[in-house]
Parts: sequence; C-alpha cells; structure tokens
Amino acid sequence: MITFTLNGNKMSTDAPSDTPLLWVIRDEFGLKGTKFGCGIAMCGACTVHLNGGPVRSCSLPIAALNGSEIRTIEGLENKHPLQKAWVDNQVPQCGYCQSGQIMQASTLLATNANPSDEEIVNHMTGNLCRCMSYKRIKEAIKQVSSASVSVVEIYDPKRESILQSNNEQGVV
Amino acid sequence: MTRLNKTEKIEQSRRNFLIGTVGTGLVMAFAPVMTAYSSESAATALNKKHFNPTVWFEIDQTGSILVNISRAEMGQHVGTAIARIVADELGADWNKVTIKHVDTDPKWGYMVTGGSWSVFQSYLPMSQAGAAGRTALIEAAATLLGVQASECKTQNSQVICGDKSISFADIVSKGKIDKTFSPEELAKFIPKDPKTRQLIAKPSKALDIPAKSTGTAKYGIDVELEGMVYARPLIPPTRYGSKVLNVNDSKATDVKGYLGYEILQDPSNILQGWVSVLADTYYGAIRAAQAIEIEYQAGETANVSEQDLIDEGERLVADKSSGGLFVDLGDIDKTAAEAKKSIDGTYRTASALHFALEPVNAAVEFKDGICHVHTGNQWQSLFLPVVAKSVGLTDDKVIIHQYYLGGGFGRRLAGDYMIPAAVTAKAIGKPVKLVFTREDDSRFDCIRSPSVQHFAAYWDGEDALQGIDHAAAAGWPSLTMAPGFMPDSVDKKTKVDAFSISGADHWYSLNNHRVRAINNPLAQKTFVPGYLRAVGPGWIGWGVESFMDEIAHAQNMDPIDFRMQLLDAKGRNASKAPEAVGGAKRLAHVLNETKMKSGWGKTLPKNEGMGVAIAAGQERTMPTWSACVAHVKVDPATGDVKVLKLTNVMDCGTVVHPDGALAQTEGAMLWGLSLALHEGTAIKDGQVADTNLNTYTPLRMADVPELDISFVQNTEFPTGLGEPGLIAVAPAIGNAIFNAVGARVRDLPITPKAVKALI
Repeated sequence: MITFTLNGNKMSTDAPSDTPLLWVIRDEFGLKGTKFGCGIAMCGACTVHLNGGPVRSCSLPIAALNGSEIRTIEGLENKHPLQKAWVDNQVPQCGYCQSGQIMQASTLLATNANPSDEEIVNHMTGNLCRCMSYKRIKEAIKQVSSASVSVVEIYDPKRESILQSNNEQGVV
Repeated sequence: MTRLNKTEKIEQSRRNFLIGTVGTGLVMAFAPVMTAYSSESAATALNKKHFNPTVWFEIDQTGSILVNISRAEMGQHVGTAIARIVADELGADWNKVTIKHVDTDPKWGYMVTGGSWSVFQSYLPMSQAGAAGRTALIEAAATLLGVQASECKTQNSQVICGDKSISFADIVSKGKIDKTFSPEELAKFIPKDPKTRQLIAKPSKALDIPAKSTGTAKYGIDVELEGMVYARPLIPPTRYGSKVLNVNDSKATDVKGYLGYEILQDPSNILQGWVSVLADTYYGAIRAAQAIEIEYQAGETANVSEQDLIDEGERLVADKSSGGLFVDLGDIDKTAAEAKKSIDGTYRTASALHFALEPVNAAVEFKDGICHVHTGNQWQSLFLPVVAKSVGLTDDKVIIHQYYLGGGFGRRLAGDYMIPAAVTAKAIGKPVKLVFTREDDSRFDCIRSPSVQHFAAYWDGEDALQGIDHAAAAGWPSLTMAPGFMPDSVDKKTKVDAFSISGADHWYSLNNHRVRAINNPLAQKTFVPGYLRAVGPGWIGWGVESFMDEIAHAQNMDPIDFRMQLLDAKGRNASKAPEAVGGAKRLAHVLNETKMKSGWGKTLPKNEGMGVAIAAGQERTMPTWSACVAHVKVDPATGDVKVLKLTNVMDCGTVVHPDGALAQTEGAMLWGLSLALHEGTAIKDGQVADTNLNTYTPLRMADVPELDISFVQNTEFPTGLGEPGLIAVAPAIGNAIFNAVGARVRDLPITPKAVKALI
C-alpha cells in the first residue's frame, strides 16, 4: 500500500507500484481534471505538483510517492489567480491541455514573481497546446505576474495561516 | 458543397416554428410541416410532442433561457456564437442564457460540426427563430399590458412599451402563448439592422471557458459507467485486410486486473484484424496489451512507403487521362499549344497527423435494448448507422451522448473509434470504456493524405499570362467515409471529392484554367484519408499560392501587384449575394490592407524576406477572404527558417463572436505554421512512422512568432472561421523564403535540409 497526500487529504492505494500516478488520480480517486495526452511526459496535459514542483503524472510511478504531497487542478479550488486570468484572457479553446498548463504555470509564479517573456517560454514550452492558444497562455501568465510584486503561493487548503498572510499581500 | 446542400435540405426543409406554453415554461421549436396535425395549435402540438423539433430553446418562469446546441464544442465556442444570434434577436439579457449540447435523438436533425459551417449555416435560421420568439413575447406582453404590440420592443429580457414594461419571466408566468409561424412567415424575418444589435459583433466571453479553467469540463475520456471494464485496442499491421491468426496471452496473465481479450468480429467491416484487451484498470489494459503476442496475416499494403504514395501521385498527375475535371474554363490545350513561354512546378505535401490531444475513446453500454455511446464526436449522423451495423441493431437503437471534444480538427468527423468500444461491449455483455493510447491513436488516425500537384502556366507572344493547367492527386476522405457526398466532375467522367480539390477553383480571373482532381488509389487502400483542419484548401493552397508567386516572378512583377490585377471581380468572380457580396474585390481589399499593415516593400536585413499568399476560405460558396504576409529569417549555413511575424487580415463578414473569431484565427494560423515547418510524418510499412511527440513535433510556445491579426469591419453575411486562417500561411512562408534567399521550396513540411540544398 502506498500513502500520500492528495490536495490536502491523506490517500492510500493498493494499485501496483509501477502504476503511473495519473491513472490512480483519475480512475481510483475520480479526479478527472488531470488529462492523459501522450503517456511519455512530453505534452504536459497530466501535469500535477509533487511537493510543490511540476511533474508529469503519466510517467511517475506511485512507488516513489510514499509520504509525498500531490496537488492537482482540483486542489487549486478555482482560487488561484491564474484561473481568473485564464478566463479574463479567454485562453482555453478545446481546453484539454489547460489543467496542465495552469499547473505548470503556477509553479513558475510560485518561485518567480515577475518572470521575463523568455522565462515564461522556457518554463511553458514543454506543454503542448494542440489548439495553439500559446499567445493567450503567455498573456494570462503576464497578467498575474504584473499584478503582484511577490510570488504567488499556491493555494493549499491545509495551510490557512499562509493563506491569510498571503491575502494581506494581495495575492491568494 | 454537396454535403452542405444536403445538410440544408435535411435541416431546413419546410418547417413551421412553434411557440407555446408547455408546463410552466415557454418552448420555441422548429417542426416539420405535417398535414396530419395541421389543425392543431402550437401549444397543443408542443404539449403532445406531435412533432420532431430540430432546434429549440425555452424560457422558464425565472426568465432563464436555455438554447440547445447540436454542434460539437471542440474549442470554437460554437454554442456561445449560436446562442448570441438567438438572444440578440429575442432581445434577451445575455446573463440569463445557458446552453446545452445535445445527444443524437433524431429530433435534433442532421448532426455535423465541420467545414467551418456552424455560424454560416445557423445565422439565418437562428436569427429568424429569435425574431419569431420576440414577436410572440411582444404580442403576449401587449395583451397583458393593454397596449398595442406595434408600440413595443424587447431589450434586456424585457418587453418595453412606452413607459410600461414587463419581463420575459413575468410574461412566461402570466401569459398563455400559442403561436405558429409558417415557413413563409418565418422567411419574412430579416436579421436585425446591425446598428440595433446588442450581442452580435459585440465583445463577449465564451460560456464554456470557466469549466475549462478549473478541470471540471467533461470530455469523452472522463466518462465512467456503472460496472464498466477498461479496454485498449491492439491495432493490426494494415488498415485493411489484416487477420488475427493466433493470440498468446500467457505473459499477460501476470498483469494485475487482466480480464482477457476479444478478437473483434465487426459486421460494419471498419475493424479488420482487431483485438481488444480488457482489464479492471486502464493501466492494466495497457500493460496486458504490451504483453500479448499476436500473429497476424497482414493486408496487401503492409510494405507501402511514403515514397510509393508520392511516386503514384506523380505518375497520376502526369497521366492526362486520370481523374476528372473540377474547373474547365477556356481551352487550355490550345493555350498550351500556342504559348510562347511556359513554366511548370510540382508541389508535394507529406502525411500529417491530427494529434488531437485527447486520444480517441468511447464508453459504450447496452441498456434496455439501446446501445448508448458516450464520446465526443463531430459527425454523429455519419457514424451512428455504422455503430448500429457493427452491433447488429437498427439506427433507432443507438444513441450517441455528446461531451466536450479534446480537439477535433477533423479527426472526430470520423467516428470509427466508437466501433471497437461498441463491438467489445456487445461481445462481453458489460459496459466498456475503450481508450486508445497516443501511439494507438496515431496509428489509427485518418491522416491528411500525402499529395502531389502539378502546375503549368502559359504566356502568349505579348508576355501576357493566358492560362494555368493544374492537376492534384491525393487520398480522398469522402470517397471512403461519405461517397454519397461526391459530386460529378465537370466533364462527367467521374465523381470527385470536392473537399479535396476546393481552393483550386480560386478567385483569380484567368481566360483559360483547367483543374484535374485525381484520387490516389494506393493512398485510399493504405489508410483512411481524413479531413484535417482546412481540408483540401490546406494543401491545395500550398501549391496554388506558391505557384502564383513563381508566375509573378517569371513576369518580373511584384507578387502583390500581380495578384491584384487578376482579382478584377469579373465573370464568375463577381459579387454574389448573400455570401459573396463584392466577390473578388473583397479579396483584393484584404490583400491591400495586409500589404499596408505588414510594411511590404521595406528594406530588410540580409537573409530576411517577406512573402504573401491569399485564400478564400473553404469553398467558393462560403468565402472567407484572407491575406497573409510572412516575414522570415533564413540561416543560409543551416537552411533553418525562423518566422518572425505573420500579418493577416480576414474578412468573414459580420464577426458574430469577435474574441472567438480571433482565437480561432490565432489557432488556425499557428496550425498553418506548424504544418509548414514543424509537422509531417511518413507512411512506413503501411502505417505512419511517427506516433508520439518524441518524433512528431507540433509547434510549441517557443516557436510562436509575432501575430498581427485583424478583421474587416462590415455587416455582410457571416462566413466560417475555424479553418480559413490556416490556408495562406504555408505558401506565404515559402514565398518569403524565396524572397529572402532565392530558394523555391515545393515540399511540405519545409525542412532546413531542403532549404539549404536549394540556396
């Protein structure tokens, strides 16, 4: 049995240890926001956070995950400023890659308050958007970064104190 | 265009429009004119369901308006555009409008989403439906308020009569409405004066976007059915004629959750030599499929290569007896015989994948004798009968439930991926969710066929261009999927897939012009050729517009000036109402606008160049006028091409949902760039060689150039936008490369190796 934290909740699974995290998240725990695209970690549709960093869940066996913290798009609870920026900029077309795009982008803003265009492109270019909404993805990230002088902490439902202190700074 | 006409016949044959109080709400619906119930009132007919409404919307007692949408949502925000057409005419408060994407109940009519047709086809009927609804609401309000209907108008979900007003919600609550509009009465509603529009052509946000920003939008792959098992298909070595000789699953039995396999027997014959692998998790099905060993007898195309297909295409374009004529103006043979000067060129495109990010999938269950298919699909009406045949049911026993599509791009016009799910579910007697892996999806893709085009241009002794002869060979989507939609060739020799030759009948005025459309039979039997975004014009335009530049250069003319003189809007290129008012003049206008915006003619650094191309959308009967200038930089040492900027001016008439239009054009143009420089695969041993992102490399964020896109502001009839932005990009890039370094590239994708070799 493998146990980890998923969006703040302790979860355990009996799936074979080589099972990629993606299938456990989607089909065992029923969180369908994380998508299957290529299966070889090259499209980014399955991006989630492992201990705060972006990982491709389609290629991450759960064997490595005991005791770790996983966050999916559902774990942002539609409270991350990127999600508002995605709507403001009308980013999604078919939308299939966008959970992965948002999860990838949020890890950039968590460590770099005001990324340059080049830093945005370098951080995001591994995420394929087949509808080619790239221009708007970039604009939405810039909208959030220009609205804040400090990094954008990723919303964590289990850490109220951080949330509150962040709110005082005008970020989530 | 044949398909469009057929669709119109099915959707827009004589229909009444019924508006009546049903329960506590107000329903508005199209219904066929049926003599059996002709004496019934609208409310009676609606309540008794004595009709099969094809489109309808409703208002409840809170004033909430629900518009049912039969078009697939695959990124184009189509429901938003259609609902805004209805709501504008109704005079509705947009905040009270919601949309619902419906299943395949026959009452919704013929279901297809493609060809960039949705807004073009919906604009008039949905405007008229909205106007009829407004008329009925005003009449009811006038009675309730004791005023003359002629003094009332609607605005913001209110009927306003001088200083009195009443909300739609109150009208629905208090009034009884019962009104039938005949087809003749409906036809009298002309769309609102553009000056009075509240929603059409105004800024708006798409209704589907919030759910797509939170991970809650539900796609076909997200469906779960009670008691279902997971399946992965094993794709045979050839599309046709494969047989399973032996299956050895001894190594699969160790996989946790493995439930066995099925050799699929498919009466529809879509599946030839298929096995599906079953497990209680999808990962289990993937693992078990990897462990199963199958011995196949492959079909006859097991050794076909891309080069074989290109060779066959080149043989066909050279053989004057092949194919059928699509355009035959003047006398090109006489022109050729008398010509004092001529040039020719052969243009090719490589196989290309759809690579929609959501791999194709379907979940199927049989319940009470009905086969329920859960999937995202673009052409339900085409494949529903195929699903029925594959499981031995009649068409009325199959329902396809629609979900968001994780990309369409024409891949999901083919519903072939529903068949293995349906056949497996029937075989095992349990609900099945069958998902293709990415590699499975690529191997089963209905690819854009490799193509070959040959052009020849002829001049007289005065150095005046006299005519162009054009031949194009490729696999044809309609020939396999929908042969009934293929019209006769102009010379009546054969049927042609108009979708695979459209764009060759361009809007340049030529005295002599011949286009021969040729099917490549080797392509046809090796794979299922698919409709890929922009379809025929997507690769025809590569040849037409590159060769136009060759002609301009042969005449020592500026490529824009050269095009302008041929865009005279005379003869067949003249104005035609309602969809082509202005004719080729509109094309000349966008070309001129693009010329000015792009800075055409300015001095550029060494190895940089600008190139131009134009396009007129998908078909002559639905022209979306566009012109594109590409600014490129070429590294002569490596042949590497970098696109610095794309400038594009589009004229699609009235822009119903402006931000959606811009998004579609951004996406379509980047698709054009991706197909020009980044994509392309090859058939190898009868199947595509590149099946995943390790070798198939669509455009990424780092490859995005500066985009300057604008729309001509007018109030003409709206035409389509999902595809047209793609067409001119590749030839504009090719022409820019020529102007930068003198290399005339004639093959897509454009590779650094090819460019370097040509410098």
